[in-house]
Amino acid sequence: MLKTIAELSQDLQNKKISSVELTQFYLKRINEMNKDLNCYITVTEEVALAAAKVADEKRAAGKVGPLTGIPIAQKDIFCTQGIKTTCGSHMLENFVAPYDATVVKNFYNAGTVLLGKTNMDEFAMGSSNENSYFGTVKNPWDKERVPGGSSGGSAAAVAAFLAPGATGTDTGGSIRQPAALCGITGIKPTYGRVSRYGMVAFASSLDQGGPFAHTAEDAALLLNAMAGFDEHDSTSVDMPVPDYTATLNDSLKGLRIGLPKEYFENLNSDIAQKLQDAMREYEKLGVQFKEISLPMMQLSIPAYYVIAPAECSSNLARYDGVRYGYRCKDPQNLEDLYKRTRSEGFGDEVKRRIMIGTYALSTGYYDAYYLKAQKIRRLIRDDFAKAFKEVDVIMSPTAPSTAFKFGEKTSDPISMYLSDIYTISVNLAGLPGISLPAGFNSHLPIGMQLIGNYFEEARLLNVAHAYQKATDWHTRKPEGI
Amino acid sequence: MEWETVIGLEIHAQLLTKSKIFSGAPTQFGAEPNTQACAIDLGMPGVLPVLNKEVVLMALKFGLGVHAEVNRKSVFARKNYFYPDLPKGYQISQYELPVIGKGYLDVTLEDGSEKRINITRAHLEEDAGKSLHEDFMDLSGIDLNRAGTPLLEIVSEPDMRSAKEAVAYLKTVHALVRYLDICDGNMQEGSFRCDANVSVRPKGEKKLGTRTELKNINSFRYVERAINYEIERQIAVIEGGGKITQETRLYNPDKHETRPMRSKEEANDYRYFPDPDLLPVIVTDEMLKTAQNSMPELPYQKRERFMSQYGLSTYDANILISSRDLAAYFETVVKETEGQEKIAANWIIGDLLGALNRNDLDITACPITPAQLAKLVRRISDNTISGKIAKTVFEGMWDEKMDVDEIIEKKGLKQVTDSGAIESLIDKVMTANEDKVQEYRSGKDKLFGFFVGLLMKESQGKLNPQQLNESLKKKLQG
Repeated sequence: MLKTIAELSQDLQNKKISSVELTQFYLKRINEMNKDLNCYITVTEEVALAAAKVADEKRAAGKVGPLTGIPIAQKDIFCTQGIKTTCGSHMLENFVAPYDATVVKNFYNAGTVLLGKTNMDEFAMGSSNENSYFGTVKNPWDKERVPGGSSGGSAAAVAAFLAPGATGTDTGGSIRQPAALCGITGIKPTYGRVSRYGMVAFASSLDQGGPFAHTAEDAALLLNAMAGFDEHDSTSVDMPVPDYTATLNDSLKGLRIGLPKEYFENLNSDIAQKLQDAMREYEKLGVQFKEISLPMMQLSIPAYYVIAPAECSSNLARYDGVRYGYRCKDPQNLEDLYKRTRSEGFGDEVKRRIMIGTYALSTGYYDAYYLKAQKIRRLIRDDFAKAFKEVDVIMSPTAPSTAFKFGEKTSDPISMYLSDIYTISVNLAGLPGISLPAGFNSHLPIGMQLIGNYFEEARLLNVAHAYQKATDWHTRKPEGI
Repeated sequence: MEWETVIGLEIHAQLLTKSKIFSGAPTQFGAEPNTQACAIDLGMPGVLPVLNKEVVLMALKFGLGVHAEVNRKSVFARKNYFYPDLPKGYQISQYELPVIGKGYLDVTLEDGSEKRINITRAHLEEDAGKSLHEDFMDLSGIDLNRAGTPLLEIVSEPDMRSAKEAVAYLKTVHALVRYLDICDGNMQEGSFRCDANVSVRPKGEKKLGTRTELKNINSFRYVERAINYEIERQIAVIEGGGKITQETRLYNPDKHETRPMRSKEEANDYRYFPDPDLLPVIVTDEMLKTAQNSMPELPYQKRERFMSQYGLSTYDANILISSRDLAAYFETVVKETEGQEKIAANWIIGDLLGALNRNDLDITACPITPAQLAKLVRRISDNTISGKIAKTVFEGMWDEKMDVDEIIEKKGLKQVTDSGAIESLIDKVMTANEDKVQEYRSGKDKLFGFFVGLLMKESQGKLNPQQLNESLKKKLQG
């Protein structure tokens, strides 16, 4: 039963299995393994079984889509009515939203079954899931190593088959980097493709939701349900959503893939080797490779670490202990309420970014930091626009290394931030990017990133699917799973 | 030393939309606390603002009303500060790029002269909630019903030179927003409020003095009083060798004083930056056209028309156009009193507004309908009653809400125009005052008034004054 969503959908359709049985199967696995892996913060057993029952009834009545009855996990950043949404934070430990996020609604409408809410770095700030108030998540490939972050719980859950698919959010790499470190497929769509309504904000101009799955085909199925215009999100784009599965098998003949030279300088040789191998596979499919240059890429981390904290410092101001969430004990006055609530309710990394962001927006520093970062952001966008005149897709590593050990980078924020060096510029430009498994370094998965032009998710999924038809990296399972 | 006062106003006009500026929650005033606030107004995690397009149209109408530049692209920014009634920890407002740019209003001052007050900008923003500090046993209550209510902040240049000028400008803006139907203008409920920036400088000095900001003054009277108090305070400080501190001060109408609220040193660094949750507001030609097509006749246009069409003085016209409802009342009356416009205007400005003021009523709550007032004017012009008797009729109309003719009939107020009746009454009075008649005839002209008085008293004022005059003169001369 450790199958892809496409396969499970077939099994449901052919009545080989019911959604209730499938849901029970995953709940049992979660029950057995979650204590160790810590992928889920909340498991919604009753909700799941009830939804599975409804799905089976719908199927019996013939009212079905490909995802009807498929269990999935939601990153605990998507608000769920009546179910806790913690965002990995002490601040929201007991927070229950009075509404469903649009993404959550979309999946309910598609007939999926919610297994639970997955662990994450607090407020999506982190690259190792070590910043969660609810403890670290173990990488199923090596339990001494991180799953990546911030959507570490979702990535590890899919890798360990504690869910066939899951949602994530990606502000600087938080879908693609954990997908790479956990050996699965994850896509960050174009900014504005997936609604942000009900997705707890970290950095509003960069945040974008997307799916995790074992294959590009599954990611296409999930993205079909997830994407689309939402009148509740002013930054969502009013454009029809194509059927992402329809073009999966298009030929790659004549496709031009760009290799940004800056991404391959100083690259870990094992990862470089695996990308070379992938190029050979693509060449067999008729793809042409071309070296391109993205010179501004080196400025993406500093620009990002001004813009994202600036937005976060404002987005997280609402957690003040007044209306909901954590409130300190016995506040003496208003200032005491604010100070202690926020000191006690937020973790170190969140506080660090709030302080950086507050500083960057302050009078006298705004021009030097925030405005300058916005200028760099435009230059990065221009770099990509120029590149996409010459090539159709850009290939790069997803992360500079495979999964690292717990604690290895926690004392050095800069080295942690560098985990996202290949992914961050894609968020700054608002482009879609996908990460897919491209081999192993000993027992640890290596991720390959494909970057597309705006709204070319279908093309990325097509290019990824072609690779997965030619290779079997994505079918490998961690030992003991 | 002679001092010059410099005043600029920041007016907050609450826009008359059914729902809030960034959410679908209703905006009605006076609802139970926190019953008109949705997840968005509460600043719940994950919620996003969506602009209510109606507010842009309202801002455009205001822009057209003050001859302003319209910015085809404007941007919402976040003004960051912590306060319990500010749910998100920031207020969404327009900062660098407001929707309405430079404009002006010509304001009529008390002496009838006009002064042009320049408007710096007008921008859209959301209101905060309310903190309630009473009835919570030393704690504070938060009511977020008002959070997210749309406001248009109208910022003037420091063009006013006295409290009276400031009030005149404020009243002009007040009338304008009500004409445009974009704000109900209710100052008590806070839907129209203003902050005043006040400074003084020696007369002739070009440089501006240090200003203080007077916050949330909620009536025209208080605006004038607060500014005057502040002017005197500032002059006293400077003349006493002190310096004015740039600060925000609150006016206390009960004590009639201003007190510092926060000084510049304690002022927040608002860390403005463009709100990434909202796209820039683009004003299209179509939106502008819609705004243009929905423009009513504006106060100053109406004033010109009243003067030329009805022959009113500037003073009278200004009073009648001060509210759209009053102007409409006047125009309904004059439709039925052709040729008597000036009399109609006098009745409205004098007796009617007087009675409304005494009873603290708005023209919309006036117990006398325009049709009845028109009838009263007609009864004067057709000599049914005299102007003096009309006052008695008016009182009856106000108190008993009866028809004009019914009152005249019932109280027997009809004017006596029968010359025989008038003459016989004159005869009667002359006979009874033989000695005075003699005195008059021997040259004491002033006694004429004495006879008029007696006759009016005798007739309870009902004699037609003109006829009385003529007949009496004739008879007295013998």
